[in-house]
Amino acid sequence: MSFWRCLSRTICTRLPLLIGKVAISCFPPLSNQQNVTIKVKTPNARRGAGARPRDGDHQQGMNEIVEGLLKAGQLIVSLDADLIEISLRSLRVTLTAVLISSLIGLPLGCWLAVRRFRFRRFVIATLNALMGLPPVVVGLIVYILLSRSGPFGVFGLLFTPAAMIIAQVIILTPLIASISHQAIRDLWAEYHDLLISLNTSRFQRIGTLLWDGRRALLTASLAGFGRGIGEVGAIMIVGGNIDHATRVLTTAISLETGKGNFALALALGFVLIGLAVLVNLIIHSLSRTERSGRW
Amino acid sequence: MVMKPILPLTVSEAVVRRRGKVLVGPISATLETDGLTIVMGPNGAGKTTLLRLLHGMERMSKGTLKWQVPESEARSAQAFVFQTPILMRRSALDNVAYPLRVHGVSKSDARAQAAHWLARVGLSDSEHKPAHVLSGGERQKMALARALIRDPQIVFLDEPCANLDGRATREFEDLLHATRAEGTRIVMATHDIGQARRLAEDVWFVHHGRIHEASPATTFFNTPQTPEARAFIEGDIVE
Repeated sequence: MSFWRCLSRTICTRLPLLIGKVAISCFPPLSNQQNVTIKVKTPNARRGAGARPRDGDHQQGMNEIVEGLLKAGQLIVSLDADLIEISLRSLRVTLTAVLISSLIGLPLGCWLAVRRFRFRRFVIATLNALMGLPPVVVGLIVYILLSRSGPFGVFGLLFTPAAMIIAQVIILTPLIASISHQAIRDLWAEYHDLLISLNTSRFQRIGTLLWDGRRALLTASLAGFGRGIGEVGAIMIVGGNIDHATRVLTTAISLETGKGNFALALALGFVLIGLAVLVNLIIHSLSRTERSGRW
Repeated sequence: MVMKPILPLTVSEAVVRRRGKVLVGPISATLETDGLTIVMGPNGAGKTTLLRLLHGMERMSKGTLKWQVPESEARSAQAFVFQTPILMRRSALDNVAYPLRVHGVSKSDARAQAAHWLARVGLSDSEHKPAHVLSGGERQKMALARALIRDPQIVFLDEPCANLDGRATREFEDLLHATRAEGTRIVMATHDIGQARRLAEDVWFVHHGRIHEASPATTFFNTPQTPEARAFIEGDIVE
């Protein structure tokens, strides 16, 4: 008995080491190979302070985060005009996009759950795949469509908040439709027999499911909001990050990081996170979800 | 609104087939205007499918259902109570009011009628509770109120008392007796022989998807015609 235990312990402790040794001898790390040099990039290299001792890097990073927090507090307390402007623009763009996407996505998801048609499975699979649509690509396509030479160029929408809203609607609609489809599908399985027995029309079924599933659908919309408020790729391209016109929190963070203003970038980041949490809390408290005895 | 009578219903050669397997049928039977029919039989005999077939919820592979009025009209004079009550995510009151709401009755009117029906089934105190906090017996009574609120001519009940205890079952049966006394046709599935004896006016004994024996209750319980029915009544296991 003890022999087997001893053996198994030996195998457990020695085997990983052995495998590691074999692996190293088969695939030597790059630094061991000849003619290869690895350049170590320090975070400070960008600011021309590459000569700092490496032990300090860790400390430095922590300092920057603390500094960013302080800066965020300072900006909020002083009601910085620029901060308020870009925060409000962020909210306006994303909330409008979420609203439009919900108006399209929620009934679409519900319809897909209720309706049986030949390409249903294909449509749902496509929708699920589109949830991961790369924002940069969406931005690029919207850019091409809205640019002067594009088909919608006459409206002159490129580099306006409207263009940002359009791009976000394209990104958010599949996400909201897909999540709401999953929620409604379960509800439909529950209600199916009753609604069939009562001879309801398809329109009534969708209406009933949307109303009774409203809390689950709220989650779908909030997921959309979460994706929209933190999105930078698409709105950067179609909005252009123009000061006082299309600059929002995420594009500002991207800009400040590029300039090396880490503290300011972090401060904006904390404001962004705070904003997202705040919106979720407000909507949850208004809709009274997560309370006992309610759905 | 005065509905034309939809009964009697004539079923001829109805078959429900799924994936090449015959679930129910062929069924040929007539449901007369008056009465309380109990559909009995072992589990998996096809009681549920038979009731759903009569209600028009199962696609028939063969055969016809003939009501006295066109199918779509007939549907609105029928109601169905499921084995596990379907709880809408609403208050008990709104659950009961729902069938009226989807058929164009105003909200206040529907709610007033729903309150009346909840009072009739003894759930006045639970009007504003969400349906899912009701007990098993209360849920089933709520489902019955929801089925009866449109004043159907025929109600199908699929083992409504399968999960209820003695007292809840008795209360439910009292409600059924009252409904029957008002002239509503009742077709109810059960495999509880005691309940069948208490309620039945006539019995359909279903076995292997067919109506094996159909006779008035006294005949069925005293002198069953088929060996399977006899065994079932005596409490033997029928397979």
